[in-house]
Amino acid sequence: MNGAAALLKALERHGVTTVFGHPGGAIMPVYDALYDSPIRHVLVRHEQAGAHAADAYYRASGRVGVCFATSGPGATNLVTGLATAHMDSSALIAVTGNVPSALIGTDAFQEADVTGITLPITKHNYLVQHVDDIPMVVTEAFHIASTGRPGPVLIDIPKDVQQAEFTGTFDVEVDLPGYRPTLIGNARQIKRAANAIRDAQRPVMMVGGGGQSSPEAVMRFAEVTGIPVITTLMGIGAYPAGADQALGMPGMHGTVTANRAITHCDLIVGAGLRFDDRVTGKLSRFAPNATIVHIDVAPAEISKLVKAHVPVVGDLRDVLPRLTEQLGPLALDDWWAQLKEWKARYPERFKTDKPLVSQEVIQMLERATGGDCVVTTEVGQHQMFAARLFPTSKPRTWISSGGLGTMGFGLPAAIGAAFARPGETVVCVAGDGSIQMNIQELATIYKHQLPIVIAITNNGMLGMVRQWQEMFHAQRYSEVFLADSNPDFAKLAEAYGIEGHNVFDRETAARIIPEALAAKKPVLLNFVVYESEKVFPMIPAGAGVDEMIIGDQEPDEPEGEKAVTR
Amino acid sequence: MSATQAAQVLDVARNHVLSVTVRDRPGVLVRIAALFARRGFNIESLSVAQSETPGMSRTTFVVFGEDAAIEQLQKQLQKLIDVVKVIDHSEGPYVERELMLIKVAVRTPEDRVELRQIAQDFRARIIDVDRHALVFEVTGDEGKTDAFIEQMRSFGILELIRTGRVALPRSAGQRATDTATRAA
Ligand SMILES: Cc1ncc(C[n+]2csc(CCOP(=O)(O)OP(=O)(O)O)c2C)c(N)n1
Ligand SMILES: [Mg+2]
Repeated sequence: MNGAAALLKALERHGVTTVFGHPGGAIMPVYDALYDSPIRHVLVRHEQAGAHAADAYYRASGRVGVCFATSGPGATNLVTGLATAHMDSSALIAVTGNVPSALIGTDAFQEADVTGITLPITKHNYLVQHVDDIPMVVTEAFHIASTGRPGPVLIDIPKDVQQAEFTGTFDVEVDLPGYRPTLIGNARQIKRAANAIRDAQRPVMMVGGGGQSSPEAVMRFAEVTGIPVITTLMGIGAYPAGADQALGMPGMHGTVTANRAITHCDLIVGAGLRFDDRVTGKLSRFAPNATIVHIDVAPAEISKLVKAHVPVVGDLRDVLPRLTEQLGPLALDDWWAQLKEWKARYPERFKTDKPLVSQEVIQMLERATGGDCVVTTEVGQHQMFAARLFPTSKPRTWISSGGLGTMGFGLPAAIGAAFARPGETVVCVAGDGSIQMNIQELATIYKHQLPIVIAITNNGMLGMVRQWQEMFHAQRYSEVFLADSNPDFAKLAEAYGIEGHNVFDRETAARIIPEALAAKKPVLLNFVVYESEKVFPMIPAGAGVDEMIIGDQEPDEPEGEKAVTR
Repeated sequence: MSATQAAQVLDVARNHVLSVTVRDRPGVLVRIAALFARRGFNIESLSVAQSETPGMSRTTFVVFGEDAAIEQLQKQLQKLIDVVKVIDHSEGPYVERELMLIKVAVRTPEDRVELRQIAQDFRARIIDVDRHALVFEVTGDEGKTDAFIEQMRSFGILELIRTGRVALPRSAGQRATDTATRAA
């Protein structure tokens, strides 16, 4: 057995069944070994897509995603994928081939310092120097990627190491003295948290991506205490969006209710989130009256931006049940009366005085599926509309690039999700700009006949950029116009062998969406929508949560308490 | 925004002496240096060498910043897989030393006499003698080496090199190599 075969064997021993990748010179021994391996390899058409697919495979299943790439350009193509996974704490293992050890450092053909390049965007990375180290490196990589705060790990293997005869053992034990994630919360801190929560009059819970692995604990905490629940973009699905206690998404494009709740609350239980600037807005105006209880497995996230009064380091699966145990129903009638008033006053709204708008297309998708499907998104206005109008009700089913905001993520993510959750319908909500960043993956989707409905809300614009130019750059629309040179997306799909439809009006949309969903095969729906729609509410970059512009979410009749301050 | 700016703190910035115990792995220093740069910290001085435990090195960093920012830096360092232990000596009693070699011009016989006298006062050793220059070895805390440099200025400093500070906690209870208490 050579190093390449040992690599596949080690992956197999860690339960890997599916790998996303693209071959090339420096990783050919691994592809040769794949020929005899039970591991299924999904050939993507661009390594970036392989990384996104593997990332989404983890997000959708909780099982570590794996991707392969060759040296040099193959490896550098992974960079965006690794950075995306790193920002969103996704467990991903990338294996890259490298030039033979003797050539490393000589600017050899297709050589790149991949461990150097990926150092700040991986949780850890390895350059394997000895063939017998492969099982240990793979075992450590799985351990590091999937425990504590998950993240991507890269393993770079020079070609000669892949080819060398393997004489080691697969029975290895991880010994990482510098890596001991704290999973069990400190009892005294949990008690302090319980006391603070018990004393609160107007508490809210904020759940982030960490909640995806502990939905039962989140649910139970909410049920027992009656606390309202806000889910961040990464937390969608960790708590059902349709639940009575759900207030929706916070932050820049969050709901009026969630943002007002943050401004007026006296306590936040932050669970598995990192208080990103898109969530907090200007820090000095974020939750000015609140005691912050911050529960997270990553100590470095606690008090990094928002000062935690009660920090609890630990896994939500340990901490939340222990916290819930110490609590009972809280007396929140007044607080709920206020929240319900806001909720009633600010339901999602949009105008349908155009032939078709993005929001209604996305709402139709939600109604046709009941939110019982996997949603992936690209990045832009359509992403925010999907977060608000098309949240899902189960964990690990709403998959989007939050921290890095990577256009080009959604389509390959749909591939990863489809492999992770066979038999389930995947809807990729895309913009006409973003979809073109990894459009070549239509070939991968066609090849595997994946049940993905690709819904493009085609506004002929880089809509989100256009919105900022309209609002903050004096309507100087610079380089955001796509309509004059967009492809005919239906024809493009057909060129790849995929059924495609261009849809211009709401009657056709209403008919075609259920048909596409029922087809259980790839279908691309290109909805040509109104070009100048804006996402509201909006907290301008750098402004406070209380400075939210409510815009078209404002009800028509005037309001008693006027909270729009811009 | 750098971590330094992000930390909402009222405390004042000062020098912190950090001991970082790391596993001897290829690239571990690069990881640490890159982290300092990425999070917007300047390293005032740095020294690295083997520790008493085989396979472990001890690095001493002097870094300028507010307490809260340095605490965030410590947490970020702890995130690195090869970092086993981080301690901020500024939080407790510690001893520190720095070694300096300094070459000073000798222009007149009077200079030579005077230089020998100053060296004695500072308990500096003369380790090389030549017709036009003396090389001193000075060990001590930063204050002492700084003061020695001041004294030498009027004679003419030809060259100098300093190791940067190294430090150990005073108490026997806390060891810089104890395994991580604050884990990733
Ligand atoms: C790779 C990448 N490049 C640039 C951006 C900046 N950006 C954010 S949203 C956006 C427009 C996206 O356009 P589209 O996909 O059509 O979505 P829309 O906003 O129109 O719904 C751009 C360019 C980004 N997020 N990612
Ligand atoms: Mg668009």
